[in-house]
Amino acid sequence: MQLTQKHHDYWNKNLRITAILLAIWFVVTFVFGWYARELNEISFIGPLGFYMGAQGALIIYVAIIWFYARFMNNLDLEYGVHEGEDE
Amino acid sequence: MSGQVSQSQFYQNLKKYYTFYTGGFITFVVIVGILEQMGVPNKVLGYMFLFATILLYAGIGFMSKTADVSEYYVAGRRVPALFNGMATGADWMSAASFIGMAGTLYLTGYDGLAFVMGWTGGYCLVALFLAPYLRKFGQFTIPDFLAERYGGNLPRLIGVLAAIVCSFTYVIAQIYGVGLITSRFTGLEFGVGVFVGLAGILVCSFLGGMKAVTWTQVAQYIILIFAYMIPVVWLSVKDTGNPIPQIAAYVSALPKVTALEKEFNDKTTPKGAAEESVRAIFRDRAAAADAKLKGLEAGGANYLTEEKGKLAAKVAELKAASPVDAKAVEAAEKAVKDFPVDPSAAKKAWTAAKGGAAAKAAPVKAHAEPFAATGKTPEEVEKNRNKAKKNFLALILCLMVGTAALPHILMRYYTTPSVKDARTSVTWSLFFIFLLYFTAPALGILAKFEVYNNLVGSSFASLPAWVSNWAAVDKTLMAIADINKDGIVQLAEITIGGDLIVLATPEIAGLPYVISGLVAAGGLAAALSTADGLLLTIANAMSHDLYYKMIDPQASTVRRLAVSKGLLLVVALVAAYVTSLKPGDILFLVGAAFSLAASGFFPALVLGVFWRRANYLGAVIGMSAGLGLCSYYMYMTYPFFGVNAPLWWDIAPIAAGFWGIPVGIIGVIVGSLISPAPSKQIQELVDHVRYPNLEGDINTAGA
Repeated sequence: MQLTQKHHDYWNKNLRITAILLAIWFVVTFVFGWYARELNEISFIGPLGFYMGAQGALIIYVAIIWFYARFMNNLDLEYGVHEGEDE
Repeated sequence: MSGQVSQSQFYQNLKKYYTFYTGGFITFVVIVGILEQMGVPNKVLGYMFLFATILLYAGIGFMSKTADVSEYYVAGRRVPALFNGMATGADWMSAASFIGMAGTLYLTGYDGLAFVMGWTGGYCLVALFLAPYLRKFGQFTIPDFLAERYGGNLPRLIGVLAAIVCSFTYVIAQIYGVGLITSRFTGLEFGVGVFVGLAGILVCSFLGGMKAVTWTQVAQYIILIFAYMIPVVWLSVKDTGNPIPQIAAYVSALPKVTALEKEFNDKTTPKGAAEESVRAIFRDRAAAADAKLKGLEAGGANYLTEEKGKLAAKVAELKAASPVDAKAVEAAEKAVKDFPVDPSAAKKAWTAAKGGAAAKAAPVKAHAEPFAATGKTPEEVEKNRNKAKKNFLALILCLMVGTAALPHILMRYYTTPSVKDARTSVTWSLFFIFLLYFTAPALGILAKFEVYNNLVGSSFASLPAWVSNWAAVDKTLMAIADINKDGIVQLAEITIGGDLIVLATPEIAGLPYVISGLVAAGGLAAALSTADGLLLTIANAMSHDLYYKMIDPQASTVRRLAVSKGLLLVVALVAAYVTSLKPGDILFLVGAAFSLAASGFFPALVLGVFWRRANYLGAVIGMSAGLGLCSYYMYMTYPFFGVNAPLWWDIAPIAAGFWGIPVGIIGVIVGSLISPAPSKQIQELVDHVRYPNLEGDINTAGA
């Protein structure tokens, strides 16, 4: 089994999107968490710091995973590494 | 539910079955509701819910019986993404999530959100780092991956050990929940409840392994989500007129709660003054306990005898008085009887009394305020606040990484038909979990609104029915007493146990008993489904990894399944036995399971996919160092073990993974770099898992 340049490109793109989404995850969780008291000064459906922890962060988590699945499933097709159709 | 139909036909059939099932369940609830109106007693309704749902799960389990290895271990790898999402949701949401979470949020406000965020955000790590790659690898267990990727039996053995330790810790918490619910709603004894629940768990998984567990978990998810949502929506309509609790709680209820908190803490308002009068009494009690503690320290056992003598003298004095006040005599005699027997018991009792009274004497904590802290000087407040903040984030980290390392969850992604479905399935999983988790904080706020706005200020002569009902059932869930004798309820006079919130919501919302039965069935579904997944994980780790892969690789299929089922039975019985001893703190058990999984599995699993250079020695060192350090820290610092060593950087024992995870990662890296790179064959395996489809690919999915 020999990996082509195309395979490496695919993997690099995967690493890039993983890193970007992970950065969003990190900011939403830990940076927003660290500054929760400060964020509570802002009002957005209740105090923002509390709202982010109780709901906002969760919505973003679902969005991150949804986007990753969609992005990667398309990337598989684009780079021809998708699985045979068995459905 | 199988046969040789195509995958899309299979998917259509499943949708049809579960739509019928949902309709059937709703009809059942309606019928029970009608029976209730006809006057059937609540206890009978409770039994109906308990046995109907357990029979239902048993029925699905029986229909899914199988003798096929792939069906037994990974449900034949044909679970569509949507249904795997539901099954994962039920697998994931335990009794603690269903019953405990909203109560924890009620009691702790913002700081309890660590659980909400930790138990959802972890799925980002599952999606990005593990699920698609494990699906491509596609064998049966997580130790399978470790063994194949790192070569040799030692990584597999450590994996088996870690899987058993963390799953067993976690399963005890679940069976405990099963016992609690069955005993509460049917009046059976706790120990009996545990074994009734256990029978329910076993009929699900015994005949059909993963296949049966999957299809019961889907059924259980549907019950639990209905059971959770209906009362909360109703409560939201009742309190705010808005049927979407997730908005109403923040827009209408939270501002009012915040205003009431300020009022309670402001002595110049009537409510604040009333609270203050109760707090003053608690302050006196705390001071009295403190004085006793000081006396004990100075006088030791002599002081204890002296104090007991005083109490006995008081009894004699009361008895001698005329007329004799029978009530006062009884109270005084009880005080003598309950008097601590020795200095250590006295110290424990009085310290607890002091702490409890001091907490009641303190101002109300603002619900939405993160990291509230107290201290004598501003510097001390700031210091304590940073400590709370650090622990909040450390706990989130452990819960998230632990989520992405618990074998019973990762195993679920082996069951989808393809890598593509595995990715989509994580989205569905988190979506279905999210539905409950973003409702829990809203319920916490709505319940608080109900207590602050409606209960506080009402008269003791006419307490709401739910308050007196629950106070009669269980003092640890609801205790209320007129401390300052003004006949009006003050907040400081109410003591609420966290589990009350979800259990009592139907009554608070004014719903009939049938909905309370539904909530109990939902809690039972949550606990059973998680226990199913965990027990299967433990039994599989022992039968597949230990027995088949390491002891007897020649074993026939029939024998492998027989061993697996036998072990399932043994593990279940041992777990039920340990649970019936009621060991320690459930929340700590759960936290420990996450920290252990995070430290033991996560580094070796993720680096195994993302770092080609990771090798045998790295995995062995990383996994054992991570697990070792995590257990060591918990042993040294968790009060239960009695060592009570100083904390490192103020990190609480529940977040021990904060130390275990980095050490695990460093262990894998250092161990790999000091030994030769892995063989070409293993490097090809890494390529194999990275690409959903490769030309000339190797095949790891053989049974």
